[in-house]
Amino acid sequence: MTAISLTVNGKVVSGNVEDRTLLVQFLRDHLNLTGTHVGCDTSQCGACVVHVDGRAVKSCTTLVGQVDGASVTTIEGLSHGDELHPMQAAFRDNHGLQCGYCTPGMIMSAVDIVQRHGGKLDEATVRHELEGNICRCTGYHNIVKSVLDAAGRMSTAQAAE
Amino acid sequence: MYETHYHRASSVDDAAAQFAKGAEAKYLSGGQTLLPVMKQRLAAPSDVIDLAKIPALIGIEVGGDNVTIKAATPHYDVSTNAALQKAIPALAALAGMIGDPAVRYRGTIGGSLANNDPAADYPAAVLALDATVKTNKRSISATDFFKGLFSTALEDGEIITAVTFPIPARAGYAKFRHPASRFALTGVFVAQTKSGEVRVAATGASASGVMRVPAIEQALKANWSASALDSVSVSADGLMADLHGAADYRANLIKVMAQRAVKDAA
Repeated sequence: MTAISLTVNGKVVSGNVEDRTLLVQFLRDHLNLTGTHVGCDTSQCGACVVHVDGRAVKSCTTLVGQVDGASVTTIEGLSHGDELHPMQAAFRDNHGLQCGYCTPGMIMSAVDIVQRHGGKLDEATVRHELEGNICRCTGYHNIVKSVLDAAGRMSTAQAAE
Repeated sequence: MYETHYHRASSVDDAAAQFAKGAEAKYLSGGQTLLPVMKQRLAAPSDVIDLAKIPALIGIEVGGDNVTIKAATPHYDVSTNAALQKAIPALAALAGMIGDPAVRYRGTIGGSLANNDPAADYPAAVLALDATVKTNKRSISATDFFKGLFSTALEDGEIITAVTFPIPARAGYAKFRHPASRFALTGVFVAQTKSGEVRVAATGASASGVMRVPAIEQALKANWSASALDSVSVSADGLMADLHGAADYRANLIKVMAQRAVKDAA
C-alpha cells in the first residue's frame, strides 16, 4: 500500500492505495467520479482521458502513484457549477454525441487540443489530433463540428477576460 | 495487473539502488508500453521504479554539432522544442508522429529505446543519425545498442540517461501506419551527415528489429534524390511477414517510404 495525495478538480484528496491502482480506478472506485470511463482498457480508445497538470492523458495507462502530488481535472471538474464548459456546451448544441460513452474522454482531449492550437484550429487538425479517441456511433462528423465551434467560443471567452 | 511495489526514484543513483533491492524490478518511464503489458499480465515485476520525475533525466540541449535529449523527456516536449525543430526537424517531426497526443504527453525516448519494439519510431532515428545512447554506466553507439526484437545492449539494472544525436546536413522520416494500430508497418529514416555519409534505417519491417538498408544508402550516397531509388530493389530476406503485409510488400514499402523521407528531408 502507498499513501498518496493529489488534487482532483481543485480539492486535495488522499488515500492509501494498492501500488497497482490505476488513476482511472482511483477516480472511479475510490472517489466515485464515474464520469471518466473505461472503454478498451488498452490505451487505444481515449474514454479515460483526464488532465494531469494540464495535459490530457489516458488514466487507464497511468498508475495513481505516478501522479502523486499532481493536479488532476476530470470531466466533473470542467464546468463552473451549472454553467457548462464551452466545449461541453458545443457538444450539446452540435449533437456531438450519441450513446455518450466516449464523450468525457472526447471532451477532455478536445479541450487540450484547443488549448494547444488556440484559434489556428482547422478540421484536418482536429481529426488528426483526435486520433487517440475512438467513437463508435457518430462517425466523428458532429464531434469535429463541436470542437471547432468550441474553439471559437473558447477564444472569444478568453478575449473577454 | 498483478500486485507490485511502486517507487518514485529521486535520482539516477537512487533508482539503481532501488532496482538492486527488488527481486524482479523494472524501470518505469512514461509507462505507455509497460503498464499495458502489466495489465495483460505479460509482465509481473515485483517492483516498478519510476524514472520520470528525476530532474537530471528531463530536458533537451541543442548545441552547434549535437543535440542531447535526456531520457525521460516526453515525446510531446521533443516534438515541440523550437531549437530542436530547427536543428533536426525530422527528429522533432518523428516524435510528433508517435502514438497519439495523450500517449506523447507521457511516453519517453529512453523508454522507447529500452523497450526496442520492432515497430517503434525512435530506433530508426537513433540508428540512421548514428546517435550515442548514454547510460548511468557508459556510452553505447547506436550500432551496438540494438540487439534484435525487444532486446538491447543494456545490462540488468542499467539506465539510459540521455541520447546524443549529431546534427546532420539533412534528414527525413516517413512511415506507413498500420491503419488500425497506427504503429509503423514500415518507417524509414534517411540522413546525410555533414561529411556526406548517408545512413538509412527502417523500423517495423525487419523480423529482427530496426535495421540499416545498405542498398538505399549506396544509391543516395551517389545521388541524394527520391528518383535515385526508382531502380533500387530492397531484399525481402529477413523481413516480417504477417497478416498485415508479406515480406516483399514490406521490402517495397521500405523503398517507397525512403523516397518520401528524402522528398521531405530538411
